[in-house]
Amino acid sequence: MNAGLIDRIHGPDVELTHTILYVDGVSVTFDGFRALNKLSLVLKHGEMRAIIGPNGAGKTTMMDVITGKTKCDTGDVMFDGHVDLRKLDEASIANLGIGRKFQKPTVFESQTVQDNLLLAMAGPRSARASLFGWRNRLSDDLYDRTLETVGLKDHRHRMAGDLSHGQKQWLEIGMLLAQDPKLLLVDEPVAGMTDHETMETAHLLRRINETHAVVVVEHDMHFVRELGCKVTCLHEGSVLAEGTIDAVSANERVVEVYLGR
Amino acid sequence: MSAFLRRIDGLGWVFLAVVLAAALIVPVLHFAMPPDSPFHMPIHAVSLWGKYLAYALLAISLDLVWGYCGILSLGHGAFFALGGYAMGMYLMRQIGTRGVYAHPELPDFMVFLNWKELPFTWWGFDFFPYAMVMALLAPGALAFVFGWFAFRSRVTGVYLSIITQALTFALLLAFFRNDMGFGGNNGLTDFKDILGFNIQAPETRVALFSFTALALAAGYLIARAMVTSAYGKVLIAIRDAESRVRFLGYRVEHYKLVAFTVSAMMAGVAGALYVPQVGIINPSEFAPANSIEAVIWVAVGGRGTLVGAALGAVLVNFAKTWLTGALPEVWLFALGALFIVVTLFLPRGVIGTWQHWRRQAADKKAANAPEKSPDSPAVEGATP
Ligand SMILES: Nc1ncnc2c1ncn2[C@@H]1O[C@H](COP(=O)(O)OP(=O)(O)O)[C@@H](O)[C@H]1O
Ligand SMILES: [Mg+2]
Repeated sequence: MNAGLIDRIHGPDVELTHTILYVDGVSVTFDGFRALNKLSLVLKHGEMRAIIGPNGAGKTTMMDVITGKTKCDTGDVMFDGHVDLRKLDEASIANLGIGRKFQKPTVFESQTVQDNLLLAMAGPRSARASLFGWRNRLSDDLYDRTLETVGLKDHRHRMAGDLSHGQKQWLEIGMLLAQDPKLLLVDEPVAGMTDHETMETAHLLRRINETHAVVVVEHDMHFVRELGCKVTCLHEGSVLAEGTIDAVSANERVVEVYLGR
Repeated sequence: MSAFLRRIDGLGWVFLAVVLAAALIVPVLHFAMPPDSPFHMPIHAVSLWGKYLAYALLAISLDLVWGYCGILSLGHGAFFALGGYAMGMYLMRQIGTRGVYAHPELPDFMVFLNWKELPFTWWGFDFFPYAMVMALLAPGALAFVFGWFAFRSRVTGVYLSIITQALTFALLLAFFRNDMGFGGNNGLTDFKDILGFNIQAPETRVALFSFTALALAAGYLIARAMVTSAYGKVLIAIRDAESRVRFLGYRVEHYKLVAFTVSAMMAGVAGALYVPQVGIINPSEFAPANSIEAVIWVAVGGRGTLVGAALGAVLVNFAKTWLTGALPEVWLFALGALFIVVTLFLPRGVIGTWQHWRRQAADKKAANAPEKSPDSPAVEGATP
């Protein structure tokens, strides 16, 4: 069964052990409404994937299933080829190395930009470790690289709640960098950004992709083109089309449900 | 150590200075000032202030969970009362043969109930260190077990508040029962001495006051150390966006459990210091209204400030003493009105509002200061 799906998507040279994320036949129902309908998606180590699809297609719900927020009714969700994510809660899944940026930027508003990064920074997460551990002894310059990468160096001591919408998006990406997960799930990162900021974000994600696997959900086709990766189009909870951006945007059904609406 | 001292802010130093000064000056005011001096502090006032400071410690413990972790406990009076009962049981055993029935081992109420031997729950309470350990452990264990179930099943918000209220109400009913063996309706009273000192003697009462002040300072330092550590940052993050914290890989339920248990133990210490100064502990200390009153102290002083919680406890209780003396029937209405006024017009509380003003003034000053040249960020687009 596993081999079948992978063959279909990647050809016979890819095995389950080569996948960072393996989603097969996943269905989720909310009060009788099917948000995900036998959804399948396979991501290789180091791959970047763009997910497009109209509102309500199930993109966010898919991320909820992967990160343990929503339990699926049927199907398999495997991380790194062998870890069954369906059995784990949010914290365990995060600690395996799956980081997430939310559609609505969620930073810790009453804390400073720097403290937001401190909270995200990779390392032991037990209560004892944060009471007595190294997280209390970080020097300021440890944050410099991340702050510089996301352009918030001048804002390190500002309250995260005082940032603009775009800056919050950046801070959340910075938190993902600090967390350094193996797989990043990024939900609509350029909503509310200017064109220039959008292009910068695409470049940053490509840079991140040099060392991490990334799944990006986004509507903005210019942005998706800039990412230069394989594209999956979701519709009504399942995959409608998958391939290069040109192939997907030329697909008749995609044009019908999405681009031509 | 020095790293820790740097975590105490200016307000914290002022608070510590005032509390420690009180521990030293109150004995002077009572003993060294002649009774007709305007500076003389009568002994009943000393114990009254000792009571306020015990309440202040309870308020700090409540602020730790409510102000920093968003757990609105409406049952903290239960932990306070349990600590108080542990102390009360020690004090009962110290009465010895001086009780009405002069029984060498059993407290009067047990003789009255025709009990023949000391129930196991009372074993060891004649030994002061054991009683003090129990004043910490009993509330701590209850909070741990309660929190374990509540936080694991992700009970939050108003539902959590309601079950904490139910917890203290259940204990109220249990402690009312004579067969529980804690003195029933009348509770524990008629204490004679503590650690061999006459509990009525001015020296003892002044010492109890000073110990309470020291415990308040220690409680503040522990809470401050917790909330300014990385642990405290996680706690605040949980308060503001609980599910986001889970997606960062933190076990929210463990963080809450630690805060809740430490807080309950602190409340237990407050109760243990309260009982010898008021001379009685009875089931009414478990009354749900007491726990709600404690919430109001914290709201008045400013939650999430620690110092504000302590200040609120003293202010409200000072007003209560005065008002219940002058117009006893008005107090509950006044308390309700106070809560409404604070909620509507002073949602940050006294200290919270003051801090907010100061921050705004600082921001304005920073905004007026000449613009410093910005570092060139790798991505210029992100800065407006
Ligand atoms: N918790 C929920 N309860 C009920 N319906 C939900 C829930 N979450 C999502 N949905 C529904 O599932 C569908 C897919 O939503 P979502 O995954 O957010 O779409 P997308 O992110 O692709 O815009 C929508 O119709 C939405 O209303
Ligand atoms: Mg969405």
